[in-house]
Amino acid sequence: MRLEAIARPGPARTFGPPLIALGATLGVGMALALIAGAAPLAVFGQIVTGAVGSRFALLETLNRATPLIFTGLAVAVAFRAKLWNIGAEAQLYAGALMTVVLGTGALGWPAWALLPTLALASMLAGALCLVWAAWAKLRLGVDEVVTTLLFNFVMLLFVSMLLEGPLKDPMGMGWPKSERLVAEARLPRIAEGLRLHWGFALAVISAGLVWLVQSRTTWGFEMRAVGAGLPAARFAGMPVNATILRVALLSGGLAALAGFSEVSGAKGSLTLDLSPGYGYTGIIVAMLALLHPLGVVIAALFVAGVFVGADAMSRTAGVPSYVADILLATALLTMVLALLFTRFRVRRE
Amino acid sequence: MTSPETGAQASADAEVLRLDGITKRFGEVTANEDVSLTLRAGEIVALLGENGAGKTTLMNILFGHYAADAGEVRVMGRRLPPGQPRAAIEAGVGMVHQHFTLADALTVQENVTLGTRPWWRPGGRAAARARIEDLARDYGLQVDPDAAIADLTVGQRQRVEILKALYGDARVLILDEPTAVLTPQEARALFDTLRRATARGLAVILISHKLHEVMATADRIVVLRHGRVVGERATAATDPADLARLMVGADIAEPKAMPAEPGEVLLRLDAVSTPPGATQGAALDRASLDLRAGQIKGIAGVSGNGQSALAGLLEGLIRPASGTLTLGNAAPADWSPRIAVAAGIGRIPEDRHHTGTIADFTLTENAILETYRDAPFARGPLIDWSAARAHAEDLIEANDVRCPGPDAAIRLLSGGNMQKLILARALHGAPRIILANQPVRGLDIGAVTYLQSRLLAARDAGAAILLISEDLDEILALSDVIHTIHAGRLSPPVPRERAEVEALGLAMAGGGADAA
Amino acid sequence: MTELFEILLSASFWAAVLRIASPLILATMGELICERAGVLNLGIEGIMVAGAFAGWIAAYAGLPLWPAVVVAFLTGAGFGLIHGALTVPFGLSQHVVGLGITLLATSATYFAYRVALPEVSSPPRIEPFQPLDLPGALAQTPLTYAAFAIAGLTALVLYRTPLGLSLRAVGENPAAVEAQGGNVTALRMGAVIAGSGLMAVGGAFLTLSAFNSFFFEMVNGRGWICIALVVFGAWRPGKAVLGALLFAAFDALQIRLQQTDLGAVLPYQVFLMTPYILSILALVAMSRSARVPAALMVPYRKGTR
Repeated sequence: MRLEAIARPGPARTFGPPLIALGATLGVGMALALIAGAAPLAVFGQIVTGAVGSRFALLETLNRATPLIFTGLAVAVAFRAKLWNIGAEAQLYAGALMTVVLGTGALGWPAWALLPTLALASMLAGALCLVWAAWAKLRLGVDEVVTTLLFNFVMLLFVSMLLEGPLKDPMGMGWPKSERLVAEARLPRIAEGLRLHWGFALAVISAGLVWLVQSRTTWGFEMRAVGAGLPAARFAGMPVNATILRVALLSGGLAALAGFSEVSGAKGSLTLDLSPGYGYTGIIVAMLALLHPLGVVIAALFVAGVFVGADAMSRTAGVPSYVADILLATALLTMVLALLFTRFRVRRE
Repeated sequence: MTSPETGAQASADAEVLRLDGITKRFGEVTANEDVSLTLRAGEIVALLGENGAGKTTLMNILFGHYAADAGEVRVMGRRLPPGQPRAAIEAGVGMVHQHFTLADALTVQENVTLGTRPWWRPGGRAAARARIEDLARDYGLQVDPDAAIADLTVGQRQRVEILKALYGDARVLILDEPTAVLTPQEARALFDTLRRATARGLAVILISHKLHEVMATADRIVVLRHGRVVGERATAATDPADLARLMVGADIAEPKAMPAEPGEVLLRLDAVSTPPGATQGAALDRASLDLRAGQIKGIAGVSGNGQSALAGLLEGLIRPASGTLTLGNAAPADWSPRIAVAAGIGRIPEDRHHTGTIADFTLTENAILETYRDAPFARGPLIDWSAARAHAEDLIEANDVRCPGPDAAIRLLSGGNMQKLILARALHGAPRIILANQPVRGLDIGAVTYLQSRLLAARDAGAAILLISEDLDEILALSDVIHTIHAGRLSPPVPRERAEVEALGLAMAGGGADAA
Repeated sequence: MTELFEILLSASFWAAVLRIASPLILATMGELICERAGVLNLGIEGIMVAGAFAGWIAAYAGLPLWPAVVVAFLTGAGFGLIHGALTVPFGLSQHVVGLGITLLATSATYFAYRVALPEVSSPPRIEPFQPLDLPGALAQTPLTYAAFAIAGLTALVLYRTPLGLSLRAVGENPAAVEAQGGNVTALRMGAVIAGSGLMAVGGAFLTLSAFNSFFFEMVNGRGWICIALVVFGAWRPGKAVLGALLFAAFDALQIRLQQTDLGAVLPYQVFLMTPYILSILALVAMSRSARVPAALMVPYRKGTR
C-alpha cells in the first residue's frame, strides 16, 4: 500500500474520517459498557447528563477543564516547536509548590499584589522545571521525552518530602498536607454564588494570548518554524536555540499556572493528589486540539466533560470510571489516524 | 525461450528482458504511458531523457518498487509479479539506485549480504566473504568487505551497490544516473566494469540524461519524453544533435554566457579552515577564494569533498576555525546566517525541501523566512501578514511560480516552482554576492533554463556568484572561473577557456597538482 | 562505611540486584528491539502494566505459570500490533501513538481489573514462581534466568543471524532493505509486536515472580527507565543489561541504606528519588557518545525518497 497526498480534499474527505473516528470511539465505549454488564445507551446518557445535565454538573466540568486548558496549552506550545515536554505534571506541582510557599503567610500583601506575584512566581518555577531539559537537549543531545518523564517522579517525591517535612500543616492531623493559603492568596469566584473561580477565565485568556503570540508575532513565527522545519529555520537565520528555550519557558510556565490555579482557586492547600494526572491528560487535550491554542479550550472542555460524566455514571451504573481514559485514548489514536486520511488516500500497489 | 542455465555465449543474442505496454499514473500525472522495451544479453541499452521524463519510474516498475497500472515485465520470458522487488531480484534483476540504498553504520559485507539468506539460517559468513572477494576481483570492484559504509568514498559506495547486484546473481543490471556523482576517471572505471559485465553475458540498462556519456557507452539508445518512448536508435546510427532533439522535443536555446567583465573583489577567503564535523563530508582545509563582481566562480567536485562546508561558510551557518573571511574590505566581527543576509549574500541552499523551505508553511511564510524581522513585515514584535502576503504575490508573479496561491502550503509545489520561489527570495533586493549550491539538480529543462538565465543576468548586473555543482557540464556551461575541490582543499582557479575536462577530473579525484 | 561494605558483601543484596534487574532487562530488550528496527515505543509503560495484570489474572484464573507468561506476552503483542499498525504503514507520530498506547493499556487494565474483581478491597494472591534451589544470589526464579537468556538470545539474533542483520538495517536505512527485496513494514511490525510482548513479560515478572499480586501503580515508571537504559546501553543488548544491573544495584542499595543511620537522617523520599535522578544523569552522560539508529523515529513510506 502507498499513501498518496490529496491536493484539494472535498468536504467528505475533510469531515468523513474524523466522524468515523468519533463513531469508533463511541463503539468502543458501548462495548465496554456491555462488558461491564450495563446498557450501553443508558451509560452514554448518564455520561452526558453527568457532564452537562445540570448547573452543578456544568460547573464541575468547567472547573475540571481549567487545569486541563493550562496543561493542554503547555503541551501544545511545546509540541508545536517539537519540544516533547511530557513533564507538565512536574511543572504543575512546581507551580503549586511555589503558590503554597509564598501564599501561606510568607508575604503579607494585599490580594491585588499577591495574586499576580504568586502566578508569576509559579510560572518561573514551572519554567525552571523544563528549561534544564531543553538546555540538555540543545547542548548535550539528551532526549527530552525521557528526562521530562522521569523528572515527574522526582518532583512528586520532592513534593511528598516537603509535605511530610517543612510544609506540613501542624493542624493536619498527620496527613501530608500543606497549610491553607491566606485569604489574599485565593483566586476569587467569578460571580457571587457561582462555584467557578477566576482560574477558568485566566485559562481562557491565556489560550487567546498564546494564539496571538503564535500567529501574529515574530517570536511565534519562530516557534512554529523551528518545529515545522528546524534546518530551514536555522538556515534562514532564526535564533533556533533561543527560540527553543523561550518555548520551554512558556510551556513550563503555562503548566505551572495549572498548579497555581488549582491551589489558589480550587483547593486552597496542597496535597499529593492535587493532580490526577492533569499533566499527562494535557497531552491528550493538545493532540485532540491539533495543537491549536483555541482548540485546546474546546478539547479541554470535552475531556473534562468525559471525566466528570464518567465519574457520575460510575456511581450510578457501576461501570468503572476508567472507561473515560479508555475513551480518550481511543479518541486520540483514532483521531490521529483519521486526520491522516483527510490528507492522504491509500492506494494498493 | 532460453533457460537461465544456458551459457553466456549461447545466449548472447537472447532476449533477457521485455517491458510491454507499461503505463503508470500518480494521481493525475502520467509518469509512463505504453512504454515497451527489450534487452538482449551482453548489450548496454541507454535510457535517455530529461528529468521528469519517466525513466526512474519505469525502472522502479521493472524492479518492483511500483506496480504498473497496465502492461507487464518479462525476465527470461517469465512474467514478473508486479510490485515485488523480491521477485525481481530472484529473477535476476539488479538495480543501482541514484540515491544509494546502503546502511551507513553497517559494513560492506553486511550490506551486500542483507536479505540474501533465509532469515532463520545463521552462518555462512566465510563463504559470503569469499564470494564477495571473487566478484570484486572478476569485475574490478576493489573494496574492503569489513569497512563501514560511512568510511567509504562515493565511488567506493557505488562499487558496493554493484557488488550487491552481482552477489544476487543479476542477469540484468540497471544503473540510475550512475556517473552523476563520479569524477570522469571514476566514471571510466565504472564503464570498464560494465564492459566486463556484458562480456560475461549480463545485460545493462543505463539511465542518463548526458548525451556524450550515452554515445560513448551504449549499444542502443531509447529516448523517453513525457513518459513515452519517442525514439530508439542504434548508437552507430545517430549523433548527439539528433538525440537532443528527440529528448527535448523542440530546440531549446541553452542560456549562453557572454564573456564576463570581472570587477572588484566582494568576498575573499584567505586560508580558511572549517571545524571538522560541522557538516557532512570533508571540512575546508586552508581554502582561498575570491568572489569578484560580475563573475561566476564554479566549484567542481565529487560530493562530500568540502562543498557543504564551503556553502555553510557563505550561508553563515559555519564560522571559520582559522583563516579569514573578508567581506568588501573588512572581516565581519561576528558571523551568522542573519549577518550573511544583511551583508548582501543571496543564498540558494543545496536541499530545497529541508533547508530552503518549510514544507507545511505557506508560500507567504516561506517568502519571509529570512526577512520577517525587517520592515515592512515586522512592526515591533508583530508581523504584518498583509504586507508579507503582498510580497509573496509579487515574487510569485515576477518569477512565474506555478502555485494555487500565496496561502497554499509549499509542499504542494513541484521542485522547479519551489526552487523558483527560493531563487526569488534569494535575489530579492539584488544581493551583491550569490551562493548557488546545486541550484538546478533534479529539475526539468524549463526550470533549469530559467534559473540559469536568472543567475547569468545577476552576474551581468554585477553580482559575484559562487556556483557549487557536482555536474561538471553545468560548471563548464556557466562559470567564468573554475576551482576544483577535493578533501576540503580548493585547487587554484582556472579560467573556463583554459579548463580541460581531463585535468579537472584528475583534480576532482585528488590527483591534480596541488599548488596551494 | 562499614555498613555499606556489609551490604555490598551480602548474598541477599546481590540476589535483590538480580531480582530487580530482571523485569528491566526483559522490557529493555523489548524496547531495544523496537528501536533497533527504527520505532520508538513509548507504549512501554502501559504495556508493562497490561502484562503485569494479564499474567497475574491468567494465573489467578487457574492457568499454570508459564502459560500465564505466554498470556502476558500475547497481551503485549496485541498492543504492539496497534502501535505498529499506526506507526509503521501509516507513519503516524511515534511520540503521540506511544503515549496513547500507554494511556490505553493502563486504563484498559484498570478497567478490566475493576470489572473482573468488582468487590475486592485487596487483590487476591497467587502462587508465584519459586526460587531455584541454588546457593546464595543464584537462588532466583526461573523467570530471572529466562530474562538473562532472552538478553543473550536478543544479542545473538541481532548480530549473528540474517534476521538480525535485516532488523538492524531497517533501523539504519529502510531503503537498503527494500532494495534487497526485504519487507520493511513486516520487519518493523514484527519488531514492535515481539518487543511489546517482551515488555509485557517484563511487567508480568512483577506479578508472577517478584510479588504475588497485582497493584495499581505497581510499574511506577519502570517503563520510562527502560527507555533510558536503551540509550544508556547505546542500543546494544550487552551494555543495556549492564545498565540494568547497575541501576538495580543502586535501587537495592537505596532500599538497604534506608534501614541504616543514613535513613534516620534523610527523608525516605530522597532514597526513592535516586533511581530516577541516576537515570537522568546517565542519559545526560551517555547521550553525547551514543550512536542512535539512523532511521529511529523516521517513518518509511514505500518508494519515497
